Amino acid sequence: MPDFEVVDLPETDYVEAGDQAPDFERPLVNDEFWEDVSLSELTDDGPVALIFHSMDGAFPATYVWSEIDDRGWIDEFDAQFVGLSISSPYEHGDLLEDSGIDASLFSDPANGVAEAFGIVNDLDGMAGVSEPRPAVYLIDEDRTVQYAWVADEWPEFPPYDHVEDALADL
Amino acid sequence: MPAESTDEQPPITLYRLQACPYCERVVRRLQELDLDFQSRFVEPMHGDRDVVKRVAGVRTVPVIVDETTGVTMAESGNIVSYLDGTYGEGGDRVLTDGGHTHSDGGRAAGGDA
Repeated sequence: MPDFEVVDLPETDYVEAGDQAPDFERPLVNDEFWEDVSLSELTDDGPVALIFHSMDGAFPATYVWSEIDDRGWIDEFDAQFVGLSISSPYEHGDLLEDSGIDASLFSDPANGVAEAFGIVNDLDGMAGVSEPRPAVYLIDEDRTVQYAWVADEWPEFPPYDHVEDALADL
Repeated sequence: MPAESTDEQPPITLYRLQACPYCERVVRRLQELDLDFQSRFVEPMHGDRDVVKRVAGVRTVPVIVDETTGVTMAESGNIVSYLDGTYGEGGDRVLTDGGHTHSDGGRAAGGDA
């Protein structure tokens, strides 16, 4: 056994493959500006890879985007790569600039999207703050979830090889 | 990549800076005229405002882009005058028999963020 702690997250009834993803509208940040965009506006244009991650600045946020960048997914696959965290648009702007990643990021400080997806993670030691569990959703043009991975431990990272297979099947 | 083109996008886009009073002035007039518009927020640093430079040739906000008329315009005083003249009472885009009663009297120069 490793001598560090990984916490089991409680069971949750989250949106799964085959379900219709709940629609939502939030500020979507690109490298130049942000504006309110709905998930359905994005899926109208094609499949969406929606990556829920820790608040910007926490190392998992950096790690996830760095891995996606290393694997070249954004160039290789047709899906629109979109992140979501509770960070503000200003922090998202910094993350995009620092990582150089060609994605856009939803800002959801009140964590309502995670609530709608059933993937809320209440943060120990940060009173009143919750964020999404790490999760990856691949959503098609009909807003049907084609692939879903939701962390059941904290911290936990996406099973990148599985996600890659699912991206290839989109 | 944001969604650029869907049927539901309002014809007016407002580039604005959070808490910028010149932008709020334009927002208030847009609301008073009951015009639907999409807000795009830019960064406080002028150097980070490539999008407004590209769209309007300036790095100040507010800037509006009105697809209905093909007008792109900077400077809040000009924008308010434009909105009044186009969508206000007796404006070019308002169906009344009042003609063009628009006046430029309220134009304020400069001072945008």
